[in-house]
Amino acid sequence: MDDLASLIAGFQVALSWHNIGFMAVGVILGIIVGVLPGLGGPNGVAILLPLTFGMDPTSAIILLSSIYWGALFGGAITSILFNIPGEAWSVATTFDGYPMAVQGKAAEALTAAFTASFIGALSGVVLITFVAPLVAQFALKFGPAEFFAVFLLTFCSFIGMGRENRAKIIASLCIGFLLAAVGLDSISGDLRMTFGSTELMRGFDFLIVVIGLFGVSEILLTVEEGLVFKGKQARIDLMVVLRTWAGLLRYWATLLRSAVVGMWMGVTPGGAIAASFMGYGLAKRFSKHGKNFGKGEIEGVLAPETAAHAAGTSALLPMLALGIPGSATAAVLLGGLLVWGLQPGPMLFVEQKEFVWGLIASMYLGNLAGLIIVLATVPLFAAIMRIPFSFVAPVILIVCAIGAYTISNSIFDIWLMLIFGVVGYVFKKLDYPLAPMILALVLGDRAEDAFRQALLGSGGSLGIFWANGLVTTLVVLALLLLCWGPASDAIAALRGRGRSDIEPAEAAR
Amino acid sequence: MKQQWLAATAILAAGIGQAAAWEPNKPVEIVVPFSAGGASDQMARTIQGIIQKQQFTKQPIIVVNKPAAGGAEGMLDIQKSAGDPHKLITTSSGIFMTPMATKLALNWTDYTPVAMLAQDSFLLWVNAKSPYKSAGDLMTAAKAANPAMKIGGTSSKREDNLLVFAMEKQGGTKFAYIPYTSGGQASTQLSGGHVEATTNNPAEDLANWRGGATRPLCVFAEQKMAYTEKVADGQSWADIPTCASQGLNVSYQMLRGMFMPGKVSKEQQAFYVDLFKKVSETPEWKEYLARNALAADYRDGEAFVSFLKADEAKHEKLMTEAGFMAK
Repeated sequence: MDDLASLIAGFQVALSWHNIGFMAVGVILGIIVGVLPGLGGPNGVAILLPLTFGMDPTSAIILLSSIYWGALFGGAITSILFNIPGEAWSVATTFDGYPMAVQGKAAEALTAAFTASFIGALSGVVLITFVAPLVAQFALKFGPAEFFAVFLLTFCSFIGMGRENRAKIIASLCIGFLLAAVGLDSISGDLRMTFGSTELMRGFDFLIVVIGLFGVSEILLTVEEGLVFKGKQARIDLMVVLRTWAGLLRYWATLLRSAVVGMWMGVTPGGAIAASFMGYGLAKRFSKHGKNFGKGEIEGVLAPETAAHAAGTSALLPMLALGIPGSATAAVLLGGLLVWGLQPGPMLFVEQKEFVWGLIASMYLGNLAGLIIVLATVPLFAAIMRIPFSFVAPVILIVCAIGAYTISNSIFDIWLMLIFGVVGYVFKKLDYPLAPMILALVLGDRAEDAFRQALLGSGGSLGIFWANGLVTTLVVLALLLLCWGPASDAIAALRGRGRSDIEPAEAAR
Repeated sequence: MKQQWLAATAILAAGIGQAAAWEPNKPVEIVVPFSAGGASDQMARTIQGIIQKQQFTKQPIIVVNKPAAGGAEGMLDIQKSAGDPHKLITTSSGIFMTPMATKLALNWTDYTPVAMLAQDSFLLWVNAKSPYKSAGDLMTAAKAANPAMKIGGTSSKREDNLLVFAMEKQGGTKFAYIPYTSGGQASTQLSGGHVEATTNNPAEDLANWRGGATRPLCVFAEQKMAYTEKVADGQSWADIPTCASQGLNVSYQMLRGMFMPGKVSKEQQAFYVDLFKKVSETPEWKEYLARNALAADYRDGEAFVSFLKADEAKHEKLMTEAGFMAK
């Protein structure tokens, strides 16, 4: 109960007027940063970091973490309205969010996304509040073999749970792995597949690929359908928020499942990206409306958003307790802590009590402030959908190009974005799923590193992947998920055939 | 956000017009060839904070991370920015090792040396619960280990990898060197017991030492470190014995400094030399050095250049011996 008293003291710190002001400013800045693709959370926090040097550490971290929350919320806006994920973890949100917006349900989709974010983040904060030291100990159990098993679990669940043609999912995954291999190989220290090009040395940045595959290809598809395209109708009153809320209770199982998946993935640095995909994949398999996923099902927005934010928030836990950042933005925040002379690690909770609990309290309040602010902007953003596409498309393209350029100030990246736009267009035409490719691009080289690190340590023996209970459980779970899909399809097919054998007989009688 | 655009325009403008002023008239960009949160990034951000707080320049300082390809991205950026006096790059031994390991056409002599700020030490760390009391114990155990004992470090064919190679040569044994993406990750893996030892810098393992998860055995240097303030376990950095005194005769240190692009004027170079001289004398900088147990070692002009030449020759020899040179 000592901790609870500390938390209340933390609330007192966070609730001072100027800290509330910083919170609101941070959330708004974060939303702006999150909406512009390419700028993203890490850059936003990095750019604003110097502004906070003059503040006391608690106010500074409140401001920066509010930007983090704002960016998390903001990432969903472009995913839903324009099919352009602003952050890696918003990719899964586009699958159902964008179709909803096309059907004129942008406001519902936004409300669902924001509410889901809030629930996810809240469950992450609760986790941090009550079990921080326990969970930190658990995270230490993860060596290279365990990390690989987590990634394997993500890939397998994607193949096993997917409803698309499995051969196409695997093909898409493999292209992603290939792209992820370009650049510096951190295990051997050599450059791979750069063909002497200095531009390719950087490898393929995830965001450029995503902006191309999702944003640009969507514009190409819409243009093909004809420029007569009318602005999508969207009701714009605040009542829609309440109406959507009333419907959300039905999905408590999805929300709960995604929150658990998210917290688990956030603590093991599989991170928010893997969590959002897993949350979506699991919801698709277990939901009653699974067949409607990808066509504008509200559950398909709730699941990835809850998981991503539960993970994004839980990711701050290993950072505070161990000094390992769970995400890129957390890494920048970590840099900020160090600048203020705060050393993240096991001693932070002991030596800087006031700071830590101030931060945790600000997580509760920052999220609440974030939710209120973004919900108020729902009608505003939904109204954008009323503008005819011929006006919006060029603006989106320009924003995409700026986003791609900003990542590393390179013109080459704009061309790359356009090339991936065409690739995405072809994929969609041929009915190949894009998500597995993105997943493999983001996690592929990390999975490879973990695999090779594990084998270096074991002297080449694969036995390391069932050397202890934790890693064995993860690997078995991965294989189960992999087989689940094909197996249940096979059973369904057998049953189907059995039935069709009987039916003609019945008809004859 | 605004600063980012400013930076973008600054780069464009600098490419077109030669800025003749020897006092910066645009925001100054510090390129960090490593990712945010790492030791080089911390140093750059500390310097940024000091310069802005003390108002050493009228122009803002911006830190930009260009970590791809083991730092080559940042170095290529400086290579391309010849003549631009509004750019700086933080450097470590990577300035020699990245070109050597990748065969990229990069050479520090194409840049303008500004100042060396400090030297970073390397220590041999083990898990707090580990039975090893000295480097000798560890080396004896390594000889008997099968499969090979695991040592973690940052990246492949870089400082930590060289050190482990030197340990193998000295002790006549083999280790399984596991490259992680950062020293912080290596430290966490050590406290989880996934590797037997690491060769981290002081700053990279400080948190876990103080948290009672890891402890240092010895420092890879000819002399003990200078800082006598107690850090953890009633020990200070200065209490840590040298590895040579424990029968492991390996010593290695890494420079930390600042460079400018090539083809800048003497006046422009002089401005920054003076700037970093002032930075190195501030109490904030001294506090930063003490916190990260960096050895204060300020050099500029000829002293810096001759240090670089000697250090490059040393690395070339080490890298060749270890077989890390790109073919």
